[in-house]
Amino acid sequence: MKRTAAAIAALAAAATAAWAAEIPFEQRRPDSDFVSADSRAMQNDDIANPAMLAVLDGEALWNTKAGETNQSCADCHGDATKSMKGVATRYPAMVAEQDRPVDLEQRINMSRLADQKAAALPFESKDLLALTAYVARQSRGMPVAVKDDAQAKPFIAAGRALFAERQGQLNLSCAQCHDDNWGRTLAGNLIPQAMPTGYPIYRLEWQAVGSLQRRLRNCMSGMRAEPYALGAPELVDLEYYLMWRARGMAMEAPAVRP
Amino acid sequence: MARALIHVPPSAKRGDIVEIKTLISHVMETGYRIGVTGKPIPRDIIDDFVCTYNGEEVFRAKLYPAIAANPFISFFTVATESGTLAFSWTDQHGATQVQTATIKVE
Repeated sequence: MKRTAAAIAALAAAATAAWAAEIPFEQRRPDSDFVSADSRAMQNDDIANPAMLAVLDGEALWNTKAGETNQSCADCHGDATKSMKGVATRYPAMVAEQDRPVDLEQRINMSRLADQKAAALPFESKDLLALTAYVARQSRGMPVAVKDDAQAKPFIAAGRALFAERQGQLNLSCAQCHDDNWGRTLAGNLIPQAMPTGYPIYRLEWQAVGSLQRRLRNCMSGMRAEPYALGAPELVDLEYYLMWRARGMAMEAPAVRP
Repeated sequence: MARALIHVPPSAKRGDIVEIKTLISHVMETGYRIGVTGKPIPRDIIDDFVCTYNGEEVFRAKLYPAIAANPFISFFTVATESGTLAFSWTDQHGATQVQTATIKVE
């Protein structure tokens, strides 16, 4: 009994130590601080940022009628530049239907299924990324404002636990790079602080737009861990934690990353 | 039709050097990559880009497989007269997409 108590105390101490290693609030910097000036210039020029092509596709889809109800997003939500302003700053978010958080992509698909009565768009499909990029673009410059109330806290904590957990053949955790070694180089690139304010991003390596889940799966295969499937609750928890980590920071979506 | 973005200053003074920027959506598949089936992914690229200014060619570029997806091309020209700049991208199969922009020169 006494030994169990001691073990629990030790575990609690270890957990506290892990949390204490988190980046101090005032030292947080956007991921765009860790890319080259050229990539940053590309991101901030709407003609040079290739993700703007996806944003334009998304705008067209927003106004396209779909599903059994033959309604477009615009038929209910109107002008996205007004109705979607700030929406992306609040995702992932809890939804009553699932007792779980969903990310922005999943939220768009919920609306397609329930309101438009259309088929869900596959993860990482051109159309889903385009719609997400278009919605996220409307929040550019606005502070991340995900909820961290009692309902959401367990999921944020689960995400943080996954972030701190060693995984894969390299036996690495996300935190070992992004909490302990940010600002240092990994394979020629600066390690950012993992502040996901720019998703979906145009990644030069991909030559395409991709979601945060794709990026997370990328890091997992880099650690030689088996990545969670797209849409897995673990990935959404991780996304939730990361957005909470970036709370108050300005949205940059759609960002350009190397 | 592929999505394209063009930036031409709406107005300029005669003799001004103006920057033109263009971005077009295209995979620019090199032909050197192997697909999931083990077969090479066939080459699919835009290989020619031309800009004409009131019908006169002011810029031309040849594109090769080393150009990244969604080619971004920027160049300069001298604003000589008000009129239309026409941009055309031609892919390896000969399909051409043309888009235009106007400039007012004072």
